[in-house]
Amino acid sequence: MQWEAVIGLEIHAQLATKSKIFSGASTAYGAAPNTQACAVDLGLPGVLPVLNEEVVRMAARFGLATHSTVAPRSVFARKNYFYPDLPKGYQISQYELPIVHTGYLDIELDDGETKRIGITRAHLEEDAGKSLHEGFHGVTGIDLNRAGTPLLEIVSEPDLRSAKEAVAYMKKLHSLVRYLEICDGNMQEGSFRCDANVSIRRKGEHRFGTRAEIKNINSFRFVERAINFEIERQIEVLESGGAVVQETRLYDANKDETRSMRTKEEANDYRYFPDPDLLPVEIDEAFIEAVRSSLPELPDAKKARFMQQYGLSAYDAGVLTASREMADYYEAVVEASKVDGKLAANWVMGELSAALNKDGIEVEASPIDAAALAGLLVRINDNTISGKIAKTVFEAMWAGEGDADAVIEAKGLKQITDTGAIEQMIREVIEANPEQVEQYRSGKDKLFGFFVGQVMKASKGKANPGEVNKLLKQLLDE
Amino acid sequence: MHTKTLAELARGLRDRSFSSEELTRHYLERIKRFDGELNGFITLCEDTALAQAREADIQLSSGRPGPLTGIPFAHKDIFCTDGVRTSCGSRMLDNFIAPYDATVTARFKQAGAVMLGKTNMDEFAMGSSNETSWYGPVRNPWDRDTVPGGSSGGSAAVVAARLAPAATGTDTGGSIRQPAALCGITGLKPTYGRVSRYGMIAFASSLDQAGPMAASAEDAALLLQAMAGFDPRDSTCVDRPVDDYSAGLNNELKGLRIGLPKEYFGAGLDAGTAKAVEAAIEELKKLGAEPVEISLPNAGLAVPTYYVVAPAECSSNLSRFDGVRFGYRCENPRDLEDLYKRSRGEGFGPEVKRRIMIGTYALSAGYYDAYYLKAQQARHLIADDFKAAFEKVDVIAGPTAPNVAFRLGEKVDDPVTMYLSDVFTIAVNLAGLPGMSIPAGFVEELPVGLQLIGNYFDEARLLNVAHRYQQVTDWHTRIPKGFE
Repeated sequence: MQWEAVIGLEIHAQLATKSKIFSGASTAYGAAPNTQACAVDLGLPGVLPVLNEEVVRMAARFGLATHSTVAPRSVFARKNYFYPDLPKGYQISQYELPIVHTGYLDIELDDGETKRIGITRAHLEEDAGKSLHEGFHGVTGIDLNRAGTPLLEIVSEPDLRSAKEAVAYMKKLHSLVRYLEICDGNMQEGSFRCDANVSIRRKGEHRFGTRAEIKNINSFRFVERAINFEIERQIEVLESGGAVVQETRLYDANKDETRSMRTKEEANDYRYFPDPDLLPVEIDEAFIEAVRSSLPELPDAKKARFMQQYGLSAYDAGVLTASREMADYYEAVVEASKVDGKLAANWVMGELSAALNKDGIEVEASPIDAAALAGLLVRINDNTISGKIAKTVFEAMWAGEGDADAVIEAKGLKQITDTGAIEQMIREVIEANPEQVEQYRSGKDKLFGFFVGQVMKASKGKANPGEVNKLLKQLLDE
Repeated sequence: MHTKTLAELARGLRDRSFSSEELTRHYLERIKRFDGELNGFITLCEDTALAQAREADIQLSSGRPGPLTGIPFAHKDIFCTDGVRTSCGSRMLDNFIAPYDATVTARFKQAGAVMLGKTNMDEFAMGSSNETSWYGPVRNPWDRDTVPGGSSGGSAAVVAARLAPAATGTDTGGSIRQPAALCGITGLKPTYGRVSRYGMIAFASSLDQAGPMAASAEDAALLLQAMAGFDPRDSTCVDRPVDDYSAGLNNELKGLRIGLPKEYFGAGLDAGTAKAVEAAIEELKKLGAEPVEISLPNAGLAVPTYYVVAPAECSSNLSRFDGVRFGYRCENPRDLEDLYKRSRGEGFGPEVKRRIMIGTYALSAGYYDAYYLKAQQARHLIADDFKAAFEKVDVIAGPTAPNVAFRLGEKVDDPVTMYLSDVFTIAVNLAGLPGMSIPAGFVEELPVGLQLIGNYFDEARLLNVAHRYQQVTDWHTRIPKGFE
């Protein structure tokens, strides 16, 4: 039996505002419990919400960047349910009229194809607080610092067909919200988290199967694993003659499995209704135009430009534009060094990325800044050093031993381009290896590499490889 | 002193005929003497009142006093008052000391007014007789076996008995106007959005509005001047200039078109009340006003619409009273569900529970369209009726309540009859218009209220009409027997 998965994601992106969505309290992460919760966040009797205008601007940025409609009128609604870390007994969200709807995001699949994923809607809402169950004897602690933090909930169409596609979509969104500077994307702190709706159906079937919703997955890896587990689970259920139950499930990363939290029958009736404490959000054309004109170059446009302007492959351009910081770094290197775009790309994606990954550093905090890397590339380009020596120089620069010229000078790594000196070294190698010379001259061409190696060794890697090749050929053929 | 108007008191304070402390002590003594039987106050703030009075006296002698500097007033116990219990008439908040001031509270402080105490009210402002209060019913000073009306029953009774020269109230479906009528005082519910709701414990957010309760329209104008104005902490508060409410009080009424809705003078209106209201309209005619018969065809929808909208909003507004962070918490909860159920079950009284249940039902999946959405549509029809009417008239007049004060206990077990007490006032809240009740005679020694309804933000005109009427009548100066 051939099965097809149908997946839709709901992503909660925490908007990077200084203050909360309906109060003036700070949104900074990690403060002592309840020190960043004011009267409004505590839901004291009599308090009222006032909308933070910045969240509207951020939602509009997102809407424009995803080719969505930014609604001229959207309405906040109350989602009513009781929970100890939900101070008012309702969450202020948007229900029937969200601020953003009907857009899309293009993702690249492994085979290089582009797939368009529909965005159903994105709505504004407030986050709840946190219930703390550990470290309190027999009681639960409530921390309301997070209560009222602004969220943009981004709901996709059920257009995703595999866990890999889901991850590609999520990564693309993650990159986009950071480009837009509306979310810091910090997944450990919960600034970007995901619920996945998963169902399966027979290949060729048009109707959707019954779905399960997997809640609160907070890493790309877990999203992939949770969805794959869930697909397998549903296939097993159906193939053994059972039926999938509509329910909410939780992904347990330790056990790598999903398990049931509550079924549809146990679900709350949220009794949504328009919040009478807030006016409808009305957005006019002038506001949208102002937001549009403030948008940065977005990943897809930047990628296309990189391919054209720097002659990069789609793959290279995609990697370099995955984050705005990386793209900016790359462009600064090319700008400062004037070297070939491909050479710069190789170094940024190769040595630099490897070193950043190894030390767990973000590109903006790289010990070798764009100007310094440009300095190194200039020396490769003008034949002061070879590519191979450049790696040694890079390591020294990474370790803080100075800029490229200082390292080359201090370590005496300057490339030997003087043909006289190189010729001298070649003659010495030829003299020292009469047998190999004999064999080479009698037709064993493969030995050419051996001589190159010997000469480079003799020069401690500093001889210009091009010159070595040219002269060696001449002298061996004499 | 307690027979003086606010303006007279303010003059006396500025002339140093008496100090604010003397004035405050005078009212505190009256409260101690009379409030035992009226039960108009939940919390008396003797010490802070005297401290505020002394500060006011300093300002009166050295600074630039405002019109309310040193004037005592009573504050409905629905407004948060920093450091003072704010109970909202409920066991749920019996232990709640508000940690902040409502905007209205802050404005009175800023004006230098002296808060005598917090007045009794129906629990969470849900009631029309002040019998749902956790602190027991308030008695009507005109007849202690009758109710003062509600929900601002405490404020109405203490002003009527002159235990305070003025008070604040809130009005969601008639809670200022109906008790003002039943106690023979002047009460004004401003246009929705004219006075900040911040710090006023919410009953039904789209209907609630704070306003003044006083002996006369002239006094009410002074209070409203202090209360009204934009507040950035209330998104529904309207940012527009505040009129000078005292400036136009004496404007002539010549040519003023007064609309008389035929729906307000039909079945259900007590004959004696009708007679008094008609006589009041005759007085207005003598002052030059021209009565115009009008129709509000959807008036009959008001009560049923209100009893969907208000409970729906209250069911959500009152969810925060869950025993977790403040307010009443049951003893030894077994688990979370037990904590919720018993804290709310024991903390709320029966009328509040009834409305939470009605509202929860009206918002439930499958019923929302039939109730909540339908009620919103009806609300538009009601507002449109008024809009059409105000194209033909300047002010609308009619009875405030269908009857004079009824006996304690008479309607308490019959919620539907009780809800009809507000049959003439509710539509005004649904439309968001300003409305006012002024004393207009007596039926068997119990006061009758004349209701005046104005167009949006036309409070100054209502006060003008009321003041001119009070210049030629003396109903508003009468004081119930035993309280002179």
